Amino acid sequence: MSFARLIQGPARMLRSARPSPSITPRFILSPAATAFHTTAKRLQATETQVLITPSTESLGFEVTGIKDAGNTRPIYMDMQATSPTDPRVLDAMLPYMTELYGNPHSRTHSYGWETEKGVDKAREDIAKLIGADSKEIVFTSGATESNNLSIKGVARFYKGKKNHIITTQTEHKCVLDSCRVLSDEGFDVTYLPVGKNGLISMDDLKAAVRPDTALVSVMAVNNEIGVIQPLEEIGAFCRSKKIFFHTDAAQAIGKIPIDVNKMNIDLLSISGHKIYGPKGVGALYVRRRPRVRLLPLMTGGGQERGLRSGTVAAPLVVGLGEACRIAAEEMTYDHERVKRLSERLIKGITSQVSHVYRNGDEVQSYPGCVNLSFAYVEGESLLMALKDIALSSGSACTSASLEPSYVLRALGAEDDMAHSSIRFGIGRFTTEEEIDFVISRVVAHVDKLREMSPLWEMVQEGIDISKIEWAQHA
Amino acid sequence: MLRSTIFTASRSLFAKPSTVVAARFYHPKVIDHYERPRNVGSLNKSDPFVGTGLVGAPACGDVMKLQIKVDEATGKIVDVKFKTFGCGSAIASSSYMTERVRGMTLEDAGAIKNTEVAKELCLPPVKLHCSMLAEDAIKSAINDYKRKRAAATGTATGATASASA
Repeated sequence: MSFARLIQGPARMLRSARPSPSITPRFILSPAATAFHTTAKRLQATETQVLITPSTESLGFEVTGIKDAGNTRPIYMDMQATSPTDPRVLDAMLPYMTELYGNPHSRTHSYGWETEKGVDKAREDIAKLIGADSKEIVFTSGATESNNLSIKGVARFYKGKKNHIITTQTEHKCVLDSCRVLSDEGFDVTYLPVGKNGLISMDDLKAAVRPDTALVSVMAVNNEIGVIQPLEEIGAFCRSKKIFFHTDAAQAIGKIPIDVNKMNIDLLSISGHKIYGPKGVGALYVRRRPRVRLLPLMTGGGQERGLRSGTVAAPLVVGLGEACRIAAEEMTYDHERVKRLSERLIKGITSQVSHVYRNGDEVQSYPGCVNLSFAYVEGESLLMALKDIALSSGSACTSASLEPSYVLRALGAEDDMAHSSIRFGIGRFTTEEEIDFVISRVVAHVDKLREMSPLWEMVQEGIDISKIEWAQHA
Repeated sequence: MLRSTIFTASRSLFAKPSTVVAARFYHPKVIDHYERPRNVGSLNKSDPFVGTGLVGAPACGDVMKLQIKVDEATGKIVDVKFKTFGCGSAIASSSYMTERVRGMTLEDAGAIKNTEVAKELCLPPVKLHCSMLAEDAIKSAINDYKRKRAAATGTATGATASASA
């Protein structure tokens, strides 16, 4: 009997029960499942199916749903920050957190071999998802490490011969910061601008390339606005110029089809927890032919082709592998579902609220990331009103700061629109009921906050806000 | 019987205390003002006894409009309304300010410091600018009222008051 399977059952029931708070979650245990519960077993004599709620003592662990058990927590709509762990992933991981504890690098005994087998399987599942060879996958602690390793690794290896790196203004902070570190070390960095739709222009890229350009790093799916950059075109161009192409695919893999060979990607960063896998694990695809050479950030035992020393975190890696396997299998279904929910959300909101703008390209984007600006309403106050929903106004890394999102600014959004944005993250476990609940809350609170907004009042009176000379408050 | 015992025992397992999630980031006083804002609305701008203060900028993420209606005989604020575009703390600051100045003389209202607002609402350092905006808003409304009166009466005293304000 698998623990995670047990959790999964009731979680499914809960999902359908949301958001009505009156339903108390209960388990319907089959006769076989009740066998371990003595009290239930006695009842079995009179009833074939016993409706009970198992206690913590009887199960040996506390049961909570994938998202929530008691309906006391907000609806989770922040899938770009992180995603709930798929119960099947947990199932795959548990043996490696208990009896299969061998060091996967131990070659002298079966403990090492059995763990290595699990790690190798994971490597294959990840490689299969992106059309790579399993030898090309390097395990890391997450996409941040993968991005650091690719950018710093390539730049430092080719330092002297090649001193130029190209990236975009809307990259994740870890890419931008790696580039900043490199520019301190004497590298030239070009930050490509993006258009109003959030996409880079190939002409800008072609114009930025120099003979000493070592690397182009462009993210696949943006974490704030969900736009998909033209990976195939960028890849083809970089290959023709013999420049390495790195892409941060943390938000992309398992959600949109990625093929490293078709897209001529040389380095690709993967994160575990964005695809219903565990946190603390990621991977980096490093092309073998033509060979990409990197200077490692970690040195030591020479694990992972010497690119990332340190014992591979077998349970996490197995979880990442299982997450990738499931993603490969269910990508089409998930995408279809997420797209339907996304359209329902956008239509539901825009049909009832005026002056709502979607940030980022509407076609070239992943539907699970919907970034909307509600004009004349401040984003933070709207988030506060929507306390029954876990949302973010942008990336989780910067949600503590008061600055409007640099991604939205890069799109050329007016500052006040950047202050009015909210990101809705839809994923595998989001339900239609949740979407409807979110729509009703958003509509109610935007109306309420607009009633309270002096800007909304002015617009109703026909005053052009952009023409007013605002006294800038220090 | 046994079955009902199981039910009762297990129900307590799921009966988690319903905690207010936002409370971790906002002080209860801010949440109270945000959820039940006092004196939201508008007064007639063209009323000669109404002073309007509009401060902040959309680009900074905060705009506050505070209006006062003054009884000329007593020099006291008899009505006050606000509208705010901004975060919860900005809304709470302006809501608190309207409560505070009602019934006050213009001199007393103009003397309210942002530190008082910040202290009352327990604003964290990153939100101090919200309280400053509330102070600016009331001062701006008072000035607007004085300017209006000076223009209406055309007296020298009124003109000096407005110029020095």
